[in-house]
Amino acid sequence: MRSVRFLSVAALMAFAIAGSAEERQTSARPDPRIGLKAGLKDAGQAARNLEVVATMWKPEGFFDPKLPAGEPTPPEKDPKEQEKEEAEAAKPDAKPDPRYANMLSFANSDLAFSGNHVFMGNFNGFNIYDISKPHKPKLVTSVVCPGGQGDLSIHGNILVMSVEQTRGRLDCGTQGVQATVSAERFRGVRIFDISDLKKPKQVAAVQTCRGSHTHTLVTSPADKENIYVYGSGTGTVRAGEELSICSGGDPKDNPNTALFSIDVIQIPIAAPEKARIVNRPRIFADPKTGAISGLWPGGTHGPGTQKTSVTNQCHDITVFPEIGLAAGACSGNGILLDISDPVKPVRLDHVDDKNFAYWHSATFNNDGTKVLYTDEWGGGTRPRCLATDNPAWGADAIFDIVDRKLKFGGYYKLPVAQTEQENCVAHNGSLIPVPGRDIMVQAWYQGGLSVFDFTDSAKPVEIAFFDRGPISAKELITGGYWSTYWYNGYIYGSEIARGIDVFKLTPSEFLSQNEIDAAAQVRSTVFNAQQQPRVAWPATTAVARAYLDQLTRSKSIQAERAAAVNTALERADKTRSNKDKQAAEVATQLDSLSVQLEADASAASGRDAARLRSLASTIKGRAANLR
Amino acid sequence: MTVDAAHTVRRAALAAAIAAIAAAGCKTGGTSGPPIVQPGAPGQSTRVIDAKTASDLSKIQPTAADVQFMQGMIGHHAQALEMAALLPSRTSREEMKLLAKRIEISQADEIKMMQQWLRNHGAAAPPGDAHAHHGPLMPGMLTPEEMSRLAKAKGVEFDRLFLELMIKHHDGALVMVQQLFSTPGAGQESDIYAFASDVDADQRMEIDRMGAMLAQLTSR
Repeated sequence: MRSVRFLSVAALMAFAIAGSAEERQTSARPDPRIGLKAGLKDAGQAARNLEVVATMWKPEGFFDPKLPAGEPTPPEKDPKEQEKEEAEAAKPDAKPDPRYANMLSFANSDLAFSGNHVFMGNFNGFNIYDISKPHKPKLVTSVVCPGGQGDLSIHGNILVMSVEQTRGRLDCGTQGVQATVSAERFRGVRIFDISDLKKPKQVAAVQTCRGSHTHTLVTSPADKENIYVYGSGTGTVRAGEELSICSGGDPKDNPNTALFSIDVIQIPIAAPEKARIVNRPRIFADPKTGAISGLWPGGTHGPGTQKTSVTNQCHDITVFPEIGLAAGACSGNGILLDISDPVKPVRLDHVDDKNFAYWHSATFNNDGTKVLYTDEWGGGTRPRCLATDNPAWGADAIFDIVDRKLKFGGYYKLPVAQTEQENCVAHNGSLIPVPGRDIMVQAWYQGGLSVFDFTDSAKPVEIAFFDRGPISAKELITGGYWSTYWYNGYIYGSEIARGIDVFKLTPSEFLSQNEIDAAAQVRSTVFNAQQQPRVAWPATTAVARAYLDQLTRSKSIQAERAAAVNTALERADKTRSNKDKQAAEVATQLDSLSVQLEADASAASGRDAARLRSLASTIKGRAANLR
Repeated sequence: MTVDAAHTVRRAALAAAIAAIAAAGCKTGGTSGPPIVQPGAPGQSTRVIDAKTASDLSKIQPTAADVQFMQGMIGHHAQALEMAALLPSRTSREEMKLLAKRIEISQADEIKMMQQWLRNHGAAAPPGDAHAHHGPLMPGMLTPEEMSRLAKAKGVEFDRLFLELMIKHHDGALVMVQQLFSTPGAGQESDIYAFASDVDADQRMEIDRMGAMLAQLTSR
């Protein structure tokens, strides 16, 4: 989140753009997200194709004591009283509520997962929840260590946390730092030992020039001794008197400026206390001239276009170590990096976009053939999902990776308008590992969460959603989902102002129960959204059925073949082990179907061929398990 | 007493003992919920604290410098709006009109945000049309003489003067941010940190953009 970023000519554009958010509502059913009642704890809710399984309010110590937190949901109000309050709220000169003065100081931020635990970042520290029972998350420990924004990543017993604010302290104190130059100040990347979840211990704190707004954990298949962190700082450069390596300014005047770089931090796994900066690569340099400010200079792309920030920083970087690539969302550009040597990332390509204000985050698809970039127009604290807003602004842009270059596919924006009291723009999300499709769950702040399919880069389609009404009916109070991520069968949402929510997908015309089951069979022991693993699906009947459902949906499998596959899968389900009498016979049947499907695949093309092939190999794998 | 019941009693006693230990480690002494801990500096130990200490913002309350920054910036932004309002009747260049529109929208939006912040913190919020001449001039702001010189200019002469004065005006905002962060204790509160950081980033970009427009104009 950034506070007030690049407001632009929204009003100007509104007249010129056909197809506002409201007009895009083509569904016959009215969208239940429109007109939800406001409230911090008692807001109206709308959900489609998913259900809330748990909601937990922020814990003690992580909200302003002035807020009515922790109280039970207020009783239903007398309708007359309610009307009176709403009329009062509608007055333009209504007094803002001082209880909401320090919302950002306790804002929940990003999530990381390890084993049966979710770690939720907060501007005031982080909270650890036990999610062995996802419908009943249990708070394990609250850790106070302010400094914002509290982006987290986990590797084994190492937890990494981002700190950027000038109030951050080396000793995690809440008192801030009064002196303008101080050895007590901490802005950078903290490293904790979390082997004792009841008592995480700070073992290192690597100071950086612009602090760490976000960071990315990087592993290298070639280096098992160390992990790396790409620190992305977006704040002002601190004084050299405080940290000697720092100086700011225009590269023309200061070639050593801390702008136009990222921080590469090495953490020895056996000795994390020795973590240090090992490189500050100039990844925006112009390869021809060598100028370090080689990318987007800031400004518009011509009349009527968005004003895009200058590329002197990355906001966030997502790595996909198995394919040696990273996608950087770097203010004015989306970039693609080769990270075969994690210490020396090499830029492969960069793109700009006339509709993007601020390149914010990136997500690869599981094949590593696409990158979805988000645009945080308005910085996350402004209402940028109004009916009058250009639907290509503050949206996702999907790019295909062709020969290690980025090729634009299409945009996706939350397909429903939000009110002026709801901060809303594209934010953090993760893939939902449904085999055969590219599906993502994404946070849109007070726009709620949206699950969508982007298998066709040019035509993303919404599958499911959840939304609450605004926190307040009279003023914009920053809130909503910072991140919504899939982890082992459930969706977890970090709600800035409210707490944590857990969701379960439900089947619909867009997504079958088999597809949901197949996604849930992918088990992770750790998950950091910016460090994407390549998911591999087990050879189970659920996974086979997911492919079968997709082939049936796209009408690319013959009815008889589908029926035969179904019958064989049912028989496989009834066969408990290779000791069963019919095991060998079922295996033979599956194998023969697999051969037929391979043949079908050879006659098909594109996505259908790929799904037929995947179905064939899954069935073959299932057969092997029966022998 | 059955064996089961005895077992239950023992378990209850054990639970009570554990709760008592947990409470003893907690300054509030009353609650036995999950622990709230505060790590120390690297290598130092982690200690248990209470909820009141955890959410203590008493040292992070906006300082006088923070409030003055916000109040001053409203006047500063208001003058940018005043300058932008001169533009439509004095320039013929589309690029200039768009620039003015952008400044208008972004500054008006930020004024609203600053007013809300001030009111939420119980401080006086100047009106959005606060005329520059009424308060002390913040860094970079135009004097009444400069303002009237700009109002009298027309065509290319106006464009050039507008860009020059708006660059100077924006440079002043950077000075204000710099002054804020170099005032002991200021800029610590989360919202003001974020806002001041963004003003810095945004105005730098505008200055670069206007510098390029000015260079184009001069080279003609």
